[in-house]
Amino acid sequence: MTFMSKPKVAHPDLPRNALGLTRRDYEGANSTLCAGCGHDSITAAVIEACWANAVEPHTVVKLSGIGCSSKTTAYFLSGAHGFNSVHGRMPSIATGANAANRRLTYIGVSGDGDTLSIGLGQFCHAIRRNLNMLYIIENNGVYGLTKGQFSASADVGSKAKRGEVNRQPPIDPVQLAITLGASFVARSFSGDKAQLVPLLRAAMRHDGFSLIDVISPCVTFNDHEGSTRSYAYAREHYEEAVHADFVPAAAEIAVDYAEGAAQTVTLHDGSRIVLRKVDADYDPSDPGLALDAIQQRMRRGEYLTGLLHVAHDAEDIHALGSTPDTPLNAIPYESLSPGGDALRRVLEAYR
Amino acid sequence: MPETKASLRSAPLAAMQATDTTDPRYYHRVVDCQWACPAHTDVPEYIRLIAQGRFDDAYLLNRESNVFPGILGRVCDRPCEPACRRGRVEDKPVAICRLKRVAADLKSTGIAARLPKAPAGKNGKRIACIGAGPSSLTVANDLAPLGYAVTIFERHDAPGGLMRTNIPSFRLPQSVLDEEIGVILDLGVSLQLGSPIDSLSRLLADRRFDAIFVGSGAPKGKDLPLPGREAAGIHIGIDWLESVAFGHTGSIGERVLIIGVGNTAMDCCRTSMRLGATSVKVMARKPRSFFKASDWELEDAEEERVEIVVNHAPTAFVVDAGRVVGMRFDRMAYDLDGTRIVAERVVGEVTIPCDEVILAIGQENAFPWIERDTGVEFDRWDRPVVDPLTFQSTRPDVFFGGDAAQGPKNIIWAVEHGHQAALSIHAYLNGLAPADRPREAVRLSSRKMGLHEWAYKNDYAPLERRLVPHVSLKERFKKISIEVELGFTAEQAAQEAQRCLNCDVQTVFEARQCIECDACVDVCPVDCLTIAANGAEAEVRARLRAPAIDPSQPLYVSAPLKQTGRIMVKDENLCLHCGLCAERCPTAAWDMQKSTLHWPHADNGSSPCQSPERKTA
Repeated sequence: MTFMSKPKVAHPDLPRNALGLTRRDYEGANSTLCAGCGHDSITAAVIEACWANAVEPHTVVKLSGIGCSSKTTAYFLSGAHGFNSVHGRMPSIATGANAANRRLTYIGVSGDGDTLSIGLGQFCHAIRRNLNMLYIIENNGVYGLTKGQFSASADVGSKAKRGEVNRQPPIDPVQLAITLGASFVARSFSGDKAQLVPLLRAAMRHDGFSLIDVISPCVTFNDHEGSTRSYAYAREHYEEAVHADFVPAAAEIAVDYAEGAAQTVTLHDGSRIVLRKVDADYDPSDPGLALDAIQQRMRRGEYLTGLLHVAHDAEDIHALGSTPDTPLNAIPYESLSPGGDALRRVLEAYR
Repeated sequence: MPETKASLRSAPLAAMQATDTTDPRYYHRVVDCQWACPAHTDVPEYIRLIAQGRFDDAYLLNRESNVFPGILGRVCDRPCEPACRRGRVEDKPVAICRLKRVAADLKSTGIAARLPKAPAGKNGKRIACIGAGPSSLTVANDLAPLGYAVTIFERHDAPGGLMRTNIPSFRLPQSVLDEEIGVILDLGVSLQLGSPIDSLSRLLADRRFDAIFVGSGAPKGKDLPLPGREAAGIHIGIDWLESVAFGHTGSIGERVLIIGVGNTAMDCCRTSMRLGATSVKVMARKPRSFFKASDWELEDAEEERVEIVVNHAPTAFVVDAGRVVGMRFDRMAYDLDGTRIVAERVVGEVTIPCDEVILAIGQENAFPWIERDTGVEFDRWDRPVVDPLTFQSTRPDVFFGGDAAQGPKNIIWAVEHGHQAALSIHAYLNGLAPADRPREAVRLSSRKMGLHEWAYKNDYAPLERRLVPHVSLKERFKKISIEVELGFTAEQAAQEAQRCLNCDVQTVFEARQCIECDACVDVCPVDCLTIAANGAEAEVRARLRAPAIDPSQPLYVSAPLKQTGRIMVKDENLCLHCGLCAERCPTAAWDMQKSTLHWPHADNGSSPCQSPERKTA
């Protein structure tokens, strides 16, 4: 954190997006996290992605639970809507908001504790319902707010700051999500914005639940030798399997990809994800093969990163629930609440 | 292609070398104002002292470099202000010059005890300075405290050179001149007024002096030999200003034409307005973007309803009964290519009636009093051959400085010439080679006080440049000696001082400490930091977080970072020196360190013939 807030003055030549806004217009309050926290880098990546996607800040909903990670929604898009829920209950709030207004962009930020311990059940059901949201896990393997105990994502053999070794197996949110049928599953690293920003951009545009598990070193309690979530360990042990470039609907695909090396996924709004396989044998469209590869790497102590699984035929919450196209707040009151007669007719149907 | 681990690890062949910050010029250059100041005045530090209300300290710090803070705080050409980083971050630079004046205006009477003193004994060496202008006075200021017996010869009856003769008293009161020159004379300097030197040979033959410094300025105003020039009512600008300064001229006709649009023209037009002129036109040959006068001097003149007429080239004086009654001009049109004139045409002719004409089209140095057989060589343009670093002429015991050395510049240049010439004279008279210059040095010291505490005010103050209050247009013309600018009050100065970006508090980076967490990159308000793969400079500049389009502003390039081999790149151009990078850095790879420039002078312990203990003041 810093004691003074970031001066409002900006570089006069900062690029502007289609709305005429600069990155600075997507910032939030001053971060109160530790200096060097991976979460702050993820915040910066979210700011960059929202700016690049030219989303109107007031059409975004920021959702979070409890924890260091869940504080971060305050640090980006101060012009967006926000809801800071009870510990682990962010998916319920997201479900309600989603049902009420399908036109908004939902960004949930959670941590490994909030998602994989107290909120594990909520997390699984959000995937099952295929909530139309971007769900970011800022995964550092420790409970930072309570002084660095191992979390449910800590790797076996990882050392805590005071030397004790974790012996319980971790829950891997990526494998869990693929198993549960999530349609956009990625892993990234807070220290690699070149990978993270396009993933965030694509995930925001993906119809349905998008999970990005971001390795985000806890600079205070988990950045030492022997930790498997330090900056140094992550840099040494992450291998990108599939790099995803995001190409907005109107734009040309500007980069030349070698033939056969790239695969394009077109999203519902016409924007495209260009997948560039770094590992030629990896197939992100097949959940079984993806799981296999992830597990193999995990056994070697490596993180496989990139867009690990993507499917674009899954029905999202609105299709599953036959929700109306119009947000509830835009439906006339008479239709939304048709009165006693209508209620009686509905009840009659159950007699 | 996007950056991947593989592409990051292999740096291309044309990669940039890490910046050598041990070269004192690197951090010196970051302090734009100090770098631009010919005398390298420590601007950010004196502004900080003003903000703290320490006016005496601010004055003395100023005086070390520029000798005349009260004078220069009013009439300096301020090369520091166009260079000021604040002017790039926002619109307007910090009002550096006028803050300097505040230190001079508000200093206490107790400061006298802290000014340099005449030494107890003399060292037996005698120096003659010719002309009592800023360069000679600076030589005396630097050398008298070391025990040299300095004699200044001045042809006028008052010292100051062009500061007295050419700068009107409504811009520079005589009391300010007298005070600051007095401090130097009180060092035991002998001032011989009304004593023009009309032969260098004779002065040398007398053998009264061990070294001679020529600071006689550029006293010859350029003439305009057009038909009708012999008529009455046509004056040469600097001579006319001089006769006004000494009270020989007290009035002028109603309609005055000023030919030329430099700073002397501005002084001539504003002086005319005070001596009875009602219509003053400054006639410029070229469009406004080619004017030599400083913007603020133009503004002040126009505020006083002086009319500035562009694109008029003079062709003849119109004379009636031996007096000038008007001037004929060609009306010009120019084709511009960017800022350059590619073609000019005459598109008409016009005669403008007037009562008097003042020619302010430049000035030259002239040495009719230096015989050509003294050993002082002159070049083919009849200018003395002077070493640009040592200011020594081809005769080892004769030195030049100020306008006499390099033609008309301005006071602050003359002061720096004086410092450098003093250093050379000091070396020469101690049997050392003046060409062996002592080197400048930069000292760095951390401003870190605690976790988030810095020993400087690092927050950005979103304030606009304050305007200096002026005497009303009605009042100011009543007397020529009424100073137009009132100067900032202590409160106004404290506000303006907050606009300084503390460029001397440097962002110092230690590559070995960096864990590449991006914290500094993310928090930088002006996006001047990037962690990037190395490459050729032009190519790296193009992929920084914000465009680094000004190639005159250096890039700081770190050694390869240990985790990925990438480099930390900082575009110095717009850095606010707010220290957020250092506050956010978890490993203290960034630190905010105050840089203090040591610029060698004869009297500040840098001369090779002097041990640092003999520091004066």
